Amino acid sequence: MFSKRAAILFALISTIIFLVNCRRGDVIAPAAPLWKPAGNEGNITGVITFKGEAPAQRKIDKSQDSDCEKLGDSFVEDVVVINGKLQNVFVYVKSGLPNASFEIPAAEVVLDQKGCKYVPRVIGIQTGQTLKLTNSDPTDHNIHPTPKINSDWNQAQLAGQGPINRKFSRPEVMIPIKCNRHPWMIAWAGVVAHPFFAVSASDGTFSIKGLPPGEYELEAVHEKFGVKNLKIKVNERTDAQADFNFDATGK
Amino acid sequence: MKSDYETNENSETNEKRTGFRLFRNLTDHKVIGKQYFFLSLTAALLGVFMSLLIRLRQAWPHERWPLLEAIFPQGFRDGLMQPEFYLAMVTMHGTVMIFMVLTVAPQSAFGNYFLPIQIGAREMVFPALNMISFWMTLLSFVLLLSALFIEGGGPIGGWTFYPPLSAVASAGPGQGMGADLWLLSIAIFCLASFLGAVNFIVTTLRRRAPGMFLMRMPLTCWGWFITALISLLAFPVLFAAATLLLSDRHLQTAFFNPGGLSVSGTMVPGGGGSPLLWQHLFWFFGHPEVYLAILPGMGVVSNVLANFARKPVFGYRIMVFAMLAIAVFGFLLWGHHMFISGMDPRIAIAFSLLTLVIGVPSAVKTFNWLGTLWGGRIRLTTPMLFAIGFVSLFISGGVTGLVLGQTALDMVFHDTYFVTGHFHLIMGVAAVFGIFAATYYWFPKMFGRMMSERIGKLHFWLTFIGVYAIFIPFHIMGMAGHPRRYPDSLQYEFLRGLDPLQIVITIAAIVTAAAQLIFLFNLFMGLWRGERARDNPWEGTTLEWTTATPPGRDNFAGKSPIVCREPYQYSVPGAAKDFLMQTEP
Amino acid sequence: MRILAIVIWIIAVAVICLFLSPAWWLPTSVASHSNAIDKQLKITLVVIGIGFFIAQVALGVAIWRSRTGEERPVFSTGNWRIEMTWTLIVAAIFIALAVTGQRLWDRLRLNQPPSGAIQIEVTGQQFVWHFRYPGVDGRFGTIDPKLYDDTDNSIGARPGPLGIDPRDPAGEDDVVSSSLVVPAGRPVNLKLRSKDVIHDFFVPALRLKHDAVPGMIINLHFEALKEGRYEIACAELCGLLHHQMRAILDVKSQADYESWYEERLRNKRK
Repeated sequence: MFSKRAAILFALISTIIFLVNCRRGDVIAPAAPLWKPAGNEGNITGVITFKGEAPAQRKIDKSQDSDCEKLGDSFVEDVVVINGKLQNVFVYVKSGLPNASFEIPAAEVVLDQKGCKYVPRVIGIQTGQTLKLTNSDPTDHNIHPTPKINSDWNQAQLAGQGPINRKFSRPEVMIPIKCNRHPWMIAWAGVVAHPFFAVSASDGTFSIKGLPPGEYELEAVHEKFGVKNLKIKVNERTDAQADFNFDATGK
Repeated sequence: MKSDYETNENSETNEKRTGFRLFRNLTDHKVIGKQYFFLSLTAALLGVFMSLLIRLRQAWPHERWPLLEAIFPQGFRDGLMQPEFYLAMVTMHGTVMIFMVLTVAPQSAFGNYFLPIQIGAREMVFPALNMISFWMTLLSFVLLLSALFIEGGGPIGGWTFYPPLSAVASAGPGQGMGADLWLLSIAIFCLASFLGAVNFIVTTLRRRAPGMFLMRMPLTCWGWFITALISLLAFPVLFAAATLLLSDRHLQTAFFNPGGLSVSGTMVPGGGGSPLLWQHLFWFFGHPEVYLAILPGMGVVSNVLANFARKPVFGYRIMVFAMLAIAVFGFLLWGHHMFISGMDPRIAIAFSLLTLVIGVPSAVKTFNWLGTLWGGRIRLTTPMLFAIGFVSLFISGGVTGLVLGQTALDMVFHDTYFVTGHFHLIMGVAAVFGIFAATYYWFPKMFGRMMSERIGKLHFWLTFIGVYAIFIPFHIMGMAGHPRRYPDSLQYEFLRGLDPLQIVITIAAIVTAAAQLIFLFNLFMGLWRGERARDNPWEGTTLEWTTATPPGRDNFAGKSPIVCREPYQYSVPGAAKDFLMQTEP
Repeated sequence: MRILAIVIWIIAVAVICLFLSPAWWLPTSVASHSNAIDKQLKITLVVIGIGFFIAQVALGVAIWRSRTGEERPVFSTGNWRIEMTWTLIVAAIFIALAVTGQRLWDRLRLNQPPSGAIQIEVTGQQFVWHFRYPGVDGRFGTIDPKLYDDTDNSIGARPGPLGIDPRDPAGEDDVVSSSLVVPAGRPVNLKLRSKDVIHDFFVPALRLKHDAVPGMIINLHFEALKEGRYEIACAELCGLLHHQMRAILDVKSQADYESWYEERLRNKRK
């Protein structure tokens, strides 16, 4: 009688422990062979332009946190157009890559909270690569990305605290990263399974290096103006040119 | 604990099979009582530890704690206590203390041990069910603690767990799996307590010894019996609420989700529910719960005061009716937790009137305790000290209920430290003093040995003064407007003046917590090295003092006691001794 | 033995002194109903203070007067007359407190705000407050939760953090502010709302507090009598940074309020 009861108890507790540890965690995809550069890679460079008038500057109301107010004015930066060039467009290779897995870079992608703003606003990161979040502000932040595919997380980073390191395990374009303490703050993370992505700079330029020769489909994403696609052929050891143009209608 | 069975040669336990003997022991209400006792002791230590962590952040919010970071790396990054850790501590401290200490120790531990004995029964009516209740409670405790170790952290919704914060996983760290484990743990606890209550009620009604009329039961038994009635009716409601919330979280129902919610910029699907529904269900359980926590202690205090003042309880019948009144009215006032929740303000008036009405039986009980002491010949043993301490603390905690029970004043004090001070004085201290009194009083009977009186008195003095030093200032903070559940108040100018008070409270808390180590030392020293106890060391009149020490497997060595007297026949005029036991003809 | 009585008396006296000391008393209060609340509080504290003191002193006396040696204690099982007396006295006091408290509650929560009250919508979200004024047309634009846009809280932004529907003309002149600006001496009616979880709008200086519940619009009215800046805190656990959900109540003179309002109406983005 004792052993039967003990067995049932043991089974019950084991089930609980099992269920407790069973969570929607990191899914490890079946390992495809690791891609190695052959030495004949090409590059893609391009410029992203914007047709139309740049929208008027709108000043953000930071008065609910006096620590933020003291750091100077901030403006809504959903559309940053300088001389007709569009910044903060995330460009990545959507298809055409060989069926392989790509080595996770050791380098971290740094996302800083400075002036009560995420700097940079748009980041690209590979699955499994380390995202290093730093708080350069004299105030507390609450980092809360709201992914649809990856696991949700929500953490406070206090003034003066060191960096937080996180990883995304599944490709997802784009994940909004918000601060719940300063709701005007937003960053976007484009998470892809390979290192072939870039974010357009203030002069609209971007470059993706080290692509094996082949036919690719590139996708450019802007948080307000939507998505544009482009098919491009990359030849050995050459720079292919890929330009995108967005306009206010989003077409 | 081995000594129990060695000195306890029962002629009935001749079974050779170890399994059956183990089963018989595990269904013994006395063993179950002790199991609950040690469970709640463990829980209390954890709860106190958590409360110290809470105090640390209140007093020194920007301090770095490298030692704590080594133990809790996620909770103390760079040595700074994270707000999510603080809120998880607040949530767990409340849950562990209210459920695992204040519901388990007075009722399940001492009640299980002494109810059958004090009414002259051999055993509870459903011993196997009783055993299952304990193991379910233990399981619930393990699940509850496991919520802290989950990725994502422990839940941060407070022990009150209001949705939508607790219904939407992305509304806060720990509100994912951590919250699920909490709900599961509570649901299991509800079931266990419900089953335990069934046992208490049926046993009290059916197993009293001949002559043990209901109005001859000691007030401890009344306390346990009435508490069991409350449990029976209140816990199923919490169980229902927890089930509905789990359903909202996982089965896409929307009992508590009103729709149109946007958490961190993401729309939450579903709608048609009301967050107020949770509050009604929770507090319909939650208010009787606090009476559940205090009534057994009230019974113990009545017993102990009578025993050591060598006088009967003043107004025994009134005491019984007062407890019944508290239990009945206790179910009618849950809305006083919701005066400014969005509930119709007109209903608030009814709840407020009822809240102040329940002050009357509580006050009457207090006066009766004073009446019990008045003109007595007091023996100031450790259990007596704690019983007197209970009365003092119950007065202090009870009077502020008159402030909080008024609707308009609640607008000033709701969710401030004034509330925290009020309920800590009543539950966190008075009820705990009831547990201490019971422990010191019944330790000799349960374990066959005496605890040290000298060390016990030291424990009392440090604790009694310490808790006043901690919790009276809470009321001051509440009057200044300090809200509850704030990891720190650095953002607010109007609270800066309270910083020195926070430090004073924290130091008092550390000292008082350290004083509990004295109690632990006394307890374990007593278990191993205590002087052997006689059958009736305190010269008490109730039935447990007629048994062997500790009592044998069937409590009364095969002979049911015949009860001839009321309890509390102390200093009867004309009697030879200054006490007459209930079995004396 | 008598030490216990003395300690209890000392504690009773110390507690009373602590409550009487003004050092950490109630914050200043500037609402028209504040005095009534503070008075009710003081009366209640005096009543319970007296009760507390008497009870603790009685406890000490009971212990002090303990019989010693061979003296027999009084064998008393109770006394109906005493029981009735103190039950009735206590019941009378408690019911009196309850009833007087309700008149105040009636004034605060059961009455409609005066018809000329300024309507201001207060919306809580994790972890900021927004305050919305209806503008010249006196009507609030409709809110669509699907349009919430926290990233643009600039002046005149629509939808903005409140999700004001750009297609609704009533919303064109809505003024959204991150501090609560009101004129002194005029009744204000707040409409409390929440976007995500339960928050609580608490202004210590106004003795005003009420939950902001998602799915409900709760009316709360007050009249501020004295100019100044006062803090607003959240008083219902709403998540990680619940303790940093601070806003300012800015009570201005009637003239200053009007010029502030005019300026906000003018500075809207077209």
